[in-house]
Amino acid sequence: MSKIKTFAELQEIRKNLENRMSLRKTAGSKDRIVIRVGMATCGIASGARQTMMAILDELQKEHIENVSVSQTGCLGFCDVEPVVEVIIPDKPSILYGKVDEALGREIVTKHIMNGTLLEDIIVSRSFETIK
Amino acid sequence: MYNKGLSQSNFDALGDYIASLPEKKGALMPVLHKAQNLFGYLPKEVQLFICERLDVPTSKIYGVISFYSFFTMKQRGQYVINICMGTACFVRKADDVVKEFEKKLGIKVGETSKNMMYSLEALRCVGACGLAPVVMVNDKIYGHVEKKDVKKILAEQSN
Amino acid sequence: MPNYRMHLLVCGGTGCHATKSNVLINELKRVLSEKGLEDEIQVVETGCFGFCEKGPIVKVYPDNVFYIEVQPDDSLEIIEEHIIKGRKLERLLFVEPSLNQKLEEQLDMPFYKKQLRVALKNCGFIDPEDIDEYISTEGYHALGKVLTSMTPDAVIEEIKISGLRGRGGGGFPTGLKWEFTKKSSADQKYIVCNADEGDPGAFMDRSILEGDPHIVLEAMAIAGFAVGASKGYIYIRAEYPLAIQRLSIAIEQARNYGLLGNDIMGTGFDFDVEVDLGAGAFVCGEETALIKSIEGNRGEPLTKPPFPAQSGVWGKPTCVNNVETFANIPAIINKGGHWFKKIGTEKSPGTKVFALAGKINNVGLVEVPMGTTMRDIVFDIGGGIRHGKQFKAVQTGGPSGGCIPYSQIDIPVDYDSLVSIGSMMGSGGLIVLDEDDCMVNIAKFYMEFIIDESCGKCTPCRVGTKRLHEILTKITEGKATEECINHLVELSDTIKDTSLCGLGQTAPNPVLSTISYFLDEYKAHVIDKHCPAGVCEALLSYTVVSENCIGCTACLRACPVNCIKGAPKEIHKIVQSDCIKCGACYDICRFEAIMKK
Repeated sequence: MSKIKTFAELQEIRKNLENRMSLRKTAGSKDRIVIRVGMATCGIASGARQTMMAILDELQKEHIENVSVSQTGCLGFCDVEPVVEVIIPDKPSILYGKVDEALGREIVTKHIMNGTLLEDIIVSRSFETIK
Repeated sequence: MYNKGLSQSNFDALGDYIASLPEKKGALMPVLHKAQNLFGYLPKEVQLFICERLDVPTSKIYGVISFYSFFTMKQRGQYVINICMGTACFVRKADDVVKEFEKKLGIKVGETSKNMMYSLEALRCVGACGLAPVVMVNDKIYGHVEKKDVKKILAEQSN
Repeated sequence: MPNYRMHLLVCGGTGCHATKSNVLINELKRVLSEKGLEDEIQVVETGCFGFCEKGPIVKVYPDNVFYIEVQPDDSLEIIEEHIIKGRKLERLLFVEPSLNQKLEEQLDMPFYKKQLRVALKNCGFIDPEDIDEYISTEGYHALGKVLTSMTPDAVIEEIKISGLRGRGGGGFPTGLKWEFTKKSSADQKYIVCNADEGDPGAFMDRSILEGDPHIVLEAMAIAGFAVGASKGYIYIRAEYPLAIQRLSIAIEQARNYGLLGNDIMGTGFDFDVEVDLGAGAFVCGEETALIKSIEGNRGEPLTKPPFPAQSGVWGKPTCVNNVETFANIPAIINKGGHWFKKIGTEKSPGTKVFALAGKINNVGLVEVPMGTTMRDIVFDIGGGIRHGKQFKAVQTGGPSGGCIPYSQIDIPVDYDSLVSIGSMMGSGGLIVLDEDDCMVNIAKFYMEFIIDESCGKCTPCRVGTKRLHEILTKITEGKATEECINHLVELSDTIKDTSLCGLGQTAPNPVLSTISYFLDEYKAHVIDKHCPAGVCEALLSYTVVSENCIGCTACLRACPVNCIKGAPKEIHKIVQSDCIKCGACYDICRFEAIMKK
């Protein structure tokens, strides 16, 4: 821990820390996007954890705050693991299959940031569950 | 507040603490806190020691100790049972709990059992009103205490 | 730094600590590392969430799910179900009694819905032992702002515009206090934070210090800059070990960052803080007594003037503010005095933190805009009275305050409204009383407190309160006459008029306000020799309920004076003339066959 010598330096530190609290600050907001990664045994075995970490890393890199990443159980499409679901409020949720680390990053940069779907790996377009 | 006795090492520790103070002006309260921490209570011997080292009249030291309820001149038991008597605990029947402790221990509030095991004291609000009535045994807090829990609390200490 | 996808916030306030939140935290961490999730999920110990009745509390971000009464053994299930499988744990969700519905989000709960958190904004949101979390929520930004772009006069002006009044009870305008201290010239001045929260039933200051200690340090430094002081004292009750510990950690971290000490942020401004422990004297909440105590003396109040702003610690100009007052300062500087002024009422701007306790469903810490009605606080936020009993009164302001009866429950809660009905804001303790509480007994309870806590310096308070207590005791024992009630009023007025300090001047308030709103109850004790609430032992009688008595002889054997007559399988009878009203029969009966009335 070194001393803060100017006000500008304090503001700089705060900016660097922003990421850390964004998860809590934006928790209540309505336009929150959820990315769910299927992390049952088979999902993990086919690399879901690495995919999730890549997504998290990309989100942080791009300073995206309104996205939560959560784990979920088996989504049922064992054939195409790792499976990632993207839920944007008021839009049908999109289910992607065979998402490796690179594709995980692409989901963030294309789908989340630009709204462009990754057509090639879509498993299902209207993945509804009973609430 | 476990009683640790008037050993020489405690006096040495207190002497070192006083010597380490950068400023003696206004240091009486911190010194008394330190002393009570070390000895468990503040008897005459300790007061005279502080008087000498801090250069404050014993009359003043006695005056300060007797003013503040946190300081005690009596040796206390191994287990100090503090029953919160703040308003929230009071309206949730803390006085029944006090009576039950008095009955079970055979001592009144403010007293210590002959075998120096237990001291019974009433305290003004620990600020855990959500748990009222609250009982503190040394540093451990018990919440939502009812008359029937008293036996259990005492049994827990003797184990 | 690990890139966490989820935060588990666990309340580490004194209330939750007592219900083993620290064990819970260790258990959560242990299970997380067992499952290899320690780099994905962060466990954070925070300050008080305010919902103390249902502790320990766990809040899950970003899902915003709020779990109550979480035991260490629940850790595994929370992690397996919620964190790994993404399913909420129904059984730990809060069930709103009025809706009988499980609520998962904090904001859905009526307890939080009507609240506005300014002073408590970080409590239950950040880790109080980590200065970085404070900085990331704009922490020390206000200090930077005043040091780099404001003059001391501008700071004082901003506080004056905000209309902030002292939250410790008196309600004196904070801006004026700062201005007076600034105007006194001296080589050394002091800032004192009054954390000697002595009102029984008040724990808002403790919660702020435990949940957000840096906010107080930052505000003290701002005050130091405004009035020209380089040293601050925090005078805190020795009974608050957790708050003292968190404060000490915060001070050390701030010093390491150079946010306390010399040449703060390179502006040439010096300010440092020292923690002084009180030792259990209620009167030390009074500012002149507090100053005496800091100097190492008996905490006896002095006559004012001179005010501390002219002559305080070591005879130097001193500005004394309460913890909650300080907690409002950074927000006022960051958002401006006009922003603050818009919250609350015209004469009492801002919010107030209340400690809600007693016979209420949701005991806890709440912060509402000034002017919120007592009804909203008790029935909406507080969730009404426990066990479906009848509301009788709410006691505000502790031993210096008074009782508010149901007829006044729609009163807006602010400084002046409360004084107009014979109570006061005090530090913010609200004790809710129900039909089972005897108002005479409550008045007697507060008098006992005052007798213990009167410093003894002046006669009206030292002797007068003792006489008040004696009269009240006579009333509760059925030995009083109607004349006694007049004596109480007369003596109370004298004590009010002739005492030196605030403690004495307000000491008779509990007596006066209970007499003015519950005269019937006093009269019932005095004339009918009857305690309507069934509390005053001497006025009760124990009788056997014939329909319930099965003749088990348990009470007969328990009676210490053998005044219960009967035989096995025969209905028992209590001989009233011999009964000493010890209640042993009532306690031992398993058939509800002894009635206390």
